[in-house]
Amino acid sequence: MRRQQRKILRRKWTPILQSRDLKGYLFLAPSLLGTGGFVLIPFLDVLRRSFLQAVGNGFVGLENYKMVLSNTAFRLAATNTVRFMAICLPMLMLLSLFLAVLVREVTGINRWVKTGFLLPMAIPAASVVVFFQLIFDEKGWLGRIIEIFGGAGRDWLASDSAFWVLAACYIWKNLGYDMILWLAGLGAIPEEQYEAAKVQGAGGWACFRYITLPQLKETIFVTGLLSFVNAFRVFREAYLLAGDYPHESIYMLQHLFNNWFVNLDIQKMTAAAVMLVILAGGILSIVLGALTRT
Amino acid sequence: MYRSEGNKARRNIKRIRYWRNFRQWMLRGILLAVCVVMAAPLFMLTVYSLMGRQEVLETCGAVLADSGDQIRMRFFPIYPTLRAYIRLLLDSPEYFTAFWNSMIQTTGVLAGQFLVAVPAAWAFAQFRFPGKRILWLLYMLLMILPFQVTMVSGYLVLNAAGLMDTRAAVVLPGIFSTLPIFILQKTFAGIPGEIIEAAQIDGAGSLRIFLGIGIPLGMPGIFSILILGFLEYWNAIEQPMTYLKTQALQPLSLYLPQMVNQEIAAAFAASIVTLLPAVMIFFCGQDNLEQGIMASGSEFGQVHSLRQ
Repeated sequence: MRRQQRKILRRKWTPILQSRDLKGYLFLAPSLLGTGGFVLIPFLDVLRRSFLQAVGNGFVGLENYKMVLSNTAFRLAATNTVRFMAICLPMLMLLSLFLAVLVREVTGINRWVKTGFLLPMAIPAASVVVFFQLIFDEKGWLGRIIEIFGGAGRDWLASDSAFWVLAACYIWKNLGYDMILWLAGLGAIPEEQYEAAKVQGAGGWACFRYITLPQLKETIFVTGLLSFVNAFRVFREAYLLAGDYPHESIYMLQHLFNNWFVNLDIQKMTAAAVMLVILAGGILSIVLGALTRT
Repeated sequence: MYRSEGNKARRNIKRIRYWRNFRQWMLRGILLAVCVVMAAPLFMLTVYSLMGRQEVLETCGAVLADSGDQIRMRFFPIYPTLRAYIRLLLDSPEYFTAFWNSMIQTTGVLAGQFLVAVPAAWAFAQFRFPGKRILWLLYMLLMILPFQVTMVSGYLVLNAAGLMDTRAAVVLPGIFSTLPIFILQKTFAGIPGEIIEAAQIDGAGSLRIFLGIGIPLGMPGIFSILILGFLEYWNAIEQPMTYLKTQALQPLSLYLPQMVNQEIAAAFAASIVTLLPAVMIFFCGQDNLEQGIMASGSEFGQVHSLRQ
């Protein structure tokens, strides 16, 4: 069963219904209609509004963009978001890759391990937030444990350590998902290649560098992409734990947009949204370009 | 001489086997330890949900209710009781309103995604059409943008359509999320070409191929996007928070945290009941979920479809 599945998965991608006609659009139509109606067309309106005045409808050029870029809250939020991505994304990916390698070595308990690792994914933020409060509150468990060892507890969420609390949440939640992705990628590499390399005297690192890494390229891309998507969702835990205005080390773009929305600051929102879309699109095309060229 | 060599070899084999065994147990130990950490929140919530009001106040009143000065950790309730659950069941109608709101919101999104995302993923996996590359790129871009960025667009439309503060405001944008399309595309792309060719030769049209081959063979992937969708929308916070104002429409994900502050005795039981549907669906569909995730993580797919 598993072998058969692997065979299917390893098959090269070939579109069978190759007629270069518009039949594909029939299947795509509902989705295209919805995304067009809810996101793409209104985005044009967002683009238009980003050049307009708040009151009246005067054209102000790039004024809104300048306002956003010089806004201290925006700078703080953007820095924090970039910092979170730059630190937590690699951490999560490396940790999950490491665990995936371990899981492949182990026999007998794989199913248990996978269940345990994936479980956090199913637990809603609202349920688990009470538990995190119990740990990270000023009088919480973590503080108590540190007191026992002679240190002093503090309100972890009201200091710089809030960042690490959030990082822990993110890793806890996504470790299993990423591990399964890695397992899929690692499982698709034929065992014979390693055997052949070992016969020729290749060491562990050489095997990893010249066999695993090149064939894992797309898995790296997909894992990175999905981890990136999921990274924005730590906002849920952050919001439930610390509210609208959390400690400044975890004040992210999501908080900022939310507060702008509450204050109906449409001008700033539209300008910032346009910039983020351009940025995300640029990064995505660069990454994809690099991937398709090689 | 010959014999001693044999003994040596045997001893070596024994040593290797011993070492392997040792390593196996070490690895198992490490992995199980991480597992325990991962499952700890669920375990602790269950333990605390079985405590009476007095015991909850005693153990975590310091954090949650400003009473008592020290938090205590207990791995088993001293006086286990189901009173918290009974109290939740009998006298918190708001909780159940929120529960049903969550249910309606989640099933609405899932039903819609089934109708919209499945054919779209099929189109991206099995067809060539002009503009495919750019559309795929666009869908990926929409996928990676956080909700807060597309929120403005959504708000403009919902407001113009008079849908703000209705259930549709949360459900409709959710239906057209592009993440399930991205995940499902690979499952569909993995269907062997021969099967589809054979069906074509038999004269099956593209709709018949989709319904008769694509959907049955893509079932693991479809289940997996539905499970992921359930977990995602059961847990949705941003969308209801921005698009809903009426208290009576709020889903559990927003109501529960408020409840914790008002009624800590029932809070843990409420947390458990909240996560129960998600965890049950997760356990029932774990195999499909894994298969679906694995399909999206294996080679060939997203990047290849761009190369076409």
